[in-house]
Amino acid sequence: MKRMLLATALGLGMTMALGAAAQAKTLVYCSEGSPEGFNPSLYTAGTTFDASSRQLYNRLVEFKRGSTEIEPGLAESWDISPDGLVYTFNLRKGVKFHTTKNFTPTRDFNADDVLFSLNRQLDKNHPYFNVSGGSYPYFESMSIRELVKSIEKVDDMTVRITLNRPESPMLANLGMDFASIFSKEYADKMMAAGTPEKLDLDPVGTGPFQLVSYQKDAVIRYKAFPRHWRGKQPIDNLIFAITPDPAVRWQKVKAGECHVMPYPNPADLDAIRQDPNVNLMQQEGLNVGYLAFNTEKKPFDDKRVRQALNMAINKQAIIDVVFQGSGKIAKNPIPPTIWSYNEDTKDYPYDPAAAKRLLAEAGVKGLKTNIWAMPVQRPYNPNARRMAELIQADWAKVGVEAEIVSYEWGEYLKRSRAGEHDTVLLGWTGDNGDPDNFMYVLLGCDAAKSGGNRARWCNKEFDGLLRKAKQISDIAERTRLYKKAQLIFKEEAPWVTIAHSIVFKPVRKEVVDFRISPFGQHEFYGVDIK
Amino acid sequence: MFRFILTRLGLLIPTFIGVTLLAFLFIHLIPGDPIEVLAGERGLPPERHAALLRQLGLDRPMWEQYGLFFLNILRGDLGHSLVTREPVLGEFLTLFPATIELSLCALAFALVIGLPVGIMAAIKRGTVLDHTVMGVTLTGYSMPIFWWGLLLIIFFSGFLQWTPVSGRISFLYFVEPRTGFMLIDSLLSGQEGAFRSAVSHLILPAVVLGTIPLAVIARQTRSAMLEVLGEDYVRTAKAKGLHPRRVIGLHALRNALIPVVTVIGLQTGVLLAGAILTETIFSWPGVGKWLVDSIFRRDYPSVQGGLLLIATVVMIVNLIVDLLYGLINPRIRHAR
Repeated sequence: MKRMLLATALGLGMTMALGAAAQAKTLVYCSEGSPEGFNPSLYTAGTTFDASSRQLYNRLVEFKRGSTEIEPGLAESWDISPDGLVYTFNLRKGVKFHTTKNFTPTRDFNADDVLFSLNRQLDKNHPYFNVSGGSYPYFESMSIRELVKSIEKVDDMTVRITLNRPESPMLANLGMDFASIFSKEYADKMMAAGTPEKLDLDPVGTGPFQLVSYQKDAVIRYKAFPRHWRGKQPIDNLIFAITPDPAVRWQKVKAGECHVMPYPNPADLDAIRQDPNVNLMQQEGLNVGYLAFNTEKKPFDDKRVRQALNMAINKQAIIDVVFQGSGKIAKNPIPPTIWSYNEDTKDYPYDPAAAKRLLAEAGVKGLKTNIWAMPVQRPYNPNARRMAELIQADWAKVGVEAEIVSYEWGEYLKRSRAGEHDTVLLGWTGDNGDPDNFMYVLLGCDAAKSGGNRARWCNKEFDGLLRKAKQISDIAERTRLYKKAQLIFKEEAPWVTIAHSIVFKPVRKEVVDFRISPFGQHEFYGVDIK
Repeated sequence: MFRFILTRLGLLIPTFIGVTLLAFLFIHLIPGDPIEVLAGERGLPPERHAALLRQLGLDRPMWEQYGLFFLNILRGDLGHSLVTREPVLGEFLTLFPATIELSLCALAFALVIGLPVGIMAAIKRGTVLDHTVMGVTLTGYSMPIFWWGLLLIIFFSGFLQWTPVSGRISFLYFVEPRTGFMLIDSLLSGQEGAFRSAVSHLILPAVVLGTIPLAVIARQTRSAMLEVLGEDYVRTAKAKGLHPRRVIGLHALRNALIPVVTVIGLQTGVLLAGAILTETIFSWPGVGKWLVDSIFRRDYPSVQGGLLLIATVVMIVNLIVDLLYGLINPRIRHAR
């Protein structure tokens, strides 16, 4: 009898345990690759941000899910001084850090954590600066070190950031992945133990999920962080099934082995649309693919030549052939999802006859030039080589002979930054949803000197508008300035604006409230499964 | 025999040094630098770029970098990955069991099918069976791995739903990596169904990776058998009235196996090369895919270390094959 009771109790216990296990909601995301690491400030790849900052960490300010709009994150509110130089952040109380096998936090998030996370990247003498290599590519490429004068702790729950010059995109910058907030207490503990690099390898954050295990090239397992400041997530477990091949990713979604996948093959899109169990979500990407003329070289210093070569290119053919429908013709240097996008800009029509006339007017005859095509697939250009071939054929029709040139990716970036090209295919994916992050970085006079402006085009009027817009925080006024700048850009034609990609996400129908991030990242905060 | 082994081991030293040089030169001579790749379109100011190169020791002359690399190898230190900052040896050892598991299963598949099929084709020379075997193996040999893998996934995983699409085990099971071999770890985990799940995940990649070795082994076995079957001693054995099974199994096969063993040894390199594609398509976390990623990122220490370790494995396997000759055929042992 006793044994029977025990068996019944055991059976009941097991059934309950299994029941609980069955009820645990697990979302499987077929990611495209392994993260480079778990500290987002050390890297620039979206794959790394998906696996680290988006799930594990928070920032002072956050971008609203599925939008570029800023909302409070670890800072509940903030004030910006009228001169735009001083940002004061009031921090959120009661925010907990993850508890892991290496670390049990003894205090809540406070100003020390903010100072630690930002000063590590800012101050070359910071004890953590050289840990894990000492390279902070985003922080450095956005010149934050030159921009920020000081970061101070006013009290435990208030932080003050002072700038050297007004920079209205600063708030959006603080929502970017590199500005994720780490635990200073954990960092101190790891430093004392002589293993500071563990801070970057075994992550502890305040994010909605915490890391359970990672097997390189295979799987990343997360569980919902029950004490997350916005409450526990609807799902219990999040799994990244690392699946590099897009065709295989689609097969996994189709078979129900994954719920969400990024970057489908354009060739699979029709099949995905027809699958009754899958929604194909889509959105214009926050990017632009362009061809830049080296305006320091003749005859590209003459705007008539640039305009003519704009008119000679059949962009629709590029969208059809290279993007296979997953792109949209670009007419501005910023994508339509960014505020201040100028709808009134008139793109150059495809008109080879007019192009020929304009070239003749500029005195250009028998022009021989080159088109640089990058060797890698990028979100804004799925096949640069093919694109270059189409442009080459279009230009041949107006009497321009172009040779296609390509280098290894790192070499390509280096040489084009040095201005070795005549014309170069490249593009940009936005970081913070601010128009400055496209126009100033890619077309400003400073960027023409540093090489980020591949057209090496420095127009005083255009640059003046951008500089003015940087210094004011009134969005309506900034919009007006950027809209005007876009018209100047189009008239001067330092680029051929080619396309903005369309991002597709196959999502199984049982997934509830997944939203496409305009930044191209994958967030599972707030997502549920039916 | 002892002297033979010593000579073979001695030959490994210059080969090894050559491999270190090749591994080093291979990644350093292709253009591009890791800092540029890491920074991407955003770029870095030239002074930071130079500072980081200096910090990584990449600004030193090539011979100095090689010397340092070589000295560190002697100390057993392959350096740290420039990207993940993890020790290269550690990363390799974590991923290598997956590649070995896959390669061994692929080889087993190739042997279990390739050997008997090759023998049968030789015995039934000129028949429909022989022609079929030759035709099918030629097709298998010519099959591009990537396409073949996708085809099998679409048919067996998508259409028939017999096998999972990719990965090493279902996510329902959380198997702690103890040996790194999923078949063993899943058994050790004691979770019901874990082993079956691991096996079902292994079938398609092993078949895909094993296809080319299977074709080579079958064809090699057939031609070696044909040669041996025409030898005098086989005729004598037959004339003595021995059972055909004994003639083929004992007299013919043992001699025919020598070239086959050579081929199997050479297939180790083919398996490791094929693993790169197979691992990518089946999301198999092995060293092949890791090495390719490292090359694209210009992660010098990982590429150098990875190439060196893989080359060492291939050298050791070929050494073992050399030694096996002696076991199979004592004449070779004496001849040397």
